[in-house]
Amino acid sequence: MTDLRGAMAAADVSAAAIAPPTSSERRLGRRSRQLDELVLLLGPALVLFVGFVLVPIGIAAYYGLYKWTGYGPLSDFSGLHNYKVILTDPIFRSSLIHNVIIAILSLIIQLPISIGIALLMNRKMGGGSFLRVAVFAPYVVSLATTAVLWSLLLEPNGFVDELFRAAGLGGLVHFWLADPTIVLYTMFVVLTWQYIGFGIILLLAGLQGIPSELREAAAIDGASAWQTTRHITLPLLGPTIRIWIFLSMIGSLQVFDLVWIMTLGGPANASSTMVFYMIFFGFHSQEFGFGSAAAVILFIICFVFAVLYQRYVLRRDTEGALTRAVR
Amino acid sequence: MALVVIALTLVPMLYVFVGGFRTTAQLNNNPTALPSPWVWHNYQAILTSAAFWQNLGNSALIAAVVTVLAVGLGSMAAFALARYNFPGREGWYLLFAVGLLFPANVAALPVYLLDLRLHLVDNWLGVVLPEAAFSLPITIIILRPFMRAIPGELEDAATVDGATRLQFFLRILIPLSRPALLTVAILAFVTSWNAYLLPLLVFTTPSHYTLPLGVAYFQSTYSQDTASIFAFTALSTLPALAFFAFAQRRIVSGLSGLSGSIRG
Repeated sequence: MTDLRGAMAAADVSAAAIAPPTSSERRLGRRSRQLDELVLLLGPALVLFVGFVLVPIGIAAYYGLYKWTGYGPLSDFSGLHNYKVILTDPIFRSSLIHNVIIAILSLIIQLPISIGIALLMNRKMGGGSFLRVAVFAPYVVSLATTAVLWSLLLEPNGFVDELFRAAGLGGLVHFWLADPTIVLYTMFVVLTWQYIGFGIILLLAGLQGIPSELREAAAIDGASAWQTTRHITLPLLGPTIRIWIFLSMIGSLQVFDLVWIMTLGGPANASSTMVFYMIFFGFHSQEFGFGSAAAVILFIICFVFAVLYQRYVLRRDTEGALTRAVR
Repeated sequence: MALVVIALTLVPMLYVFVGGFRTTAQLNNNPTALPSPWVWHNYQAILTSAAFWQNLGNSALIAAVVTVLAVGLGSMAAFALARYNFPGREGWYLLFAVGLLFPANVAALPVYLLDLRLHLVDNWLGVVLPEAAFSLPITIIILRPFMRAIPGELEDAATVDGATRLQFFLRILIPLSRPALLTVAILAFVTSWNAYLLPLLVFTTPSHYTLPLGVAYFQSTYSQDTASIFAFTALSTLPALAFFAFAQRRIVSGLSGLSGSIRG
């Protein structure tokens, strides 16, 4: 340190004759170099992000005010007409309800099962790696492939039906995809198959962040396995669970691929979801103004949910990540 | 218990895989029987068809470019947001974080309309650029804490040795961040590979389709030929599964890193 300062002082003295940059000028030079570096580093990502994530939102908001079929100029200004139609459309309303049903079912069915399986998998490490691969495998298969796969399995007298009959449960066989009263629940089962692995792995990762000394200490104090789980493991798993819920809710609002390929919203719109509604009535039918309005409504729903959730649920977990400066 | 879980998750895929070795007639007669004899022509026909390889190639090319863009630009941005001090820095970070709240499916139609304006319809760039953009938030959110954790002494030492900050970034920080970079790369790749809605809207020529589109298209075109559909579906899961088997440790460690960094 002293060497450096000494060297700098010497340099200052010896260079005095050539009018060196003053210390404030040197600082300005450094700052403009930092600015250049920042622009270089941050710039491209920002341009890409703003251009393809934020600009489309603006486009949707703008187009939503028009009736437009994609050809020619935007000329048919209809103001809030699109929005009014969508919000009063019974099909949209039932789509919304379907999304909400899927979200609620995820919460009360998928979450407990995922936690249970994660806890079990955390105990026994035997065959751990293979088990983890097997459980996670459906997630890497695309939703579209899953949709085709399960369409085949759920055909009348197909694999699933045969399995039920072979197990003596022939009476439970239904038209899984053609019966309006159960088609939504069939979709939920397929969704669960696809995503439960991801949830389990996420929860497992969270579990492995809990030091085992805590569990051992509880055991020494005489706590049973159930008590340990309930009072120590689960609360410490809280942040991970809350992330799971967040991802699951956002996912429930976005369901599209399965519906489009397996049922096309049918029968009679019994399995339609909001994104499906937007694409079917707003793209398929070339009513882009209408579709844009639907997109804006969906954005608002997702955004409001995310902000509320972040404020009231995630706040204590993500302090510093999204709410306050860390340094 | 473990066996039940494995059975439930793997049997459906196994069934489809095995079903491709039978004829449609056999499948219709007896859905759950094993192949006898083993029929090869379904798989053969698909493996020699142009469509399958075109779809595969499109998916691979698009996913690769998306990954390079997302990880490249994302790591640069994460570096700037992690180790530079400038006014409004947290605001910029928040901007990217907010991007997480806009699900890709909801934005698909507006993005398509943007592509329409930019004449990028049926153009692979019309899919690559948005997919990369949507992968930026998660990439930056995972990378920033990681880059921040690298000790400042390393950077000081590099400066004393005469390196600029950018050289520090390229020569030291990037190699050190390899685990995190691999994780975000895998996430970006898989997300792009499996994307369905945006490619569905943007691509109009079947030879441009990505694999998920191809599978759905094949199913609707050859809806009567169940055995071929089984074969096509099974084949299209193979790349993803192989990739996953190879990368699964990274994904799991990445997820634990994510939950760890969010926890604090």
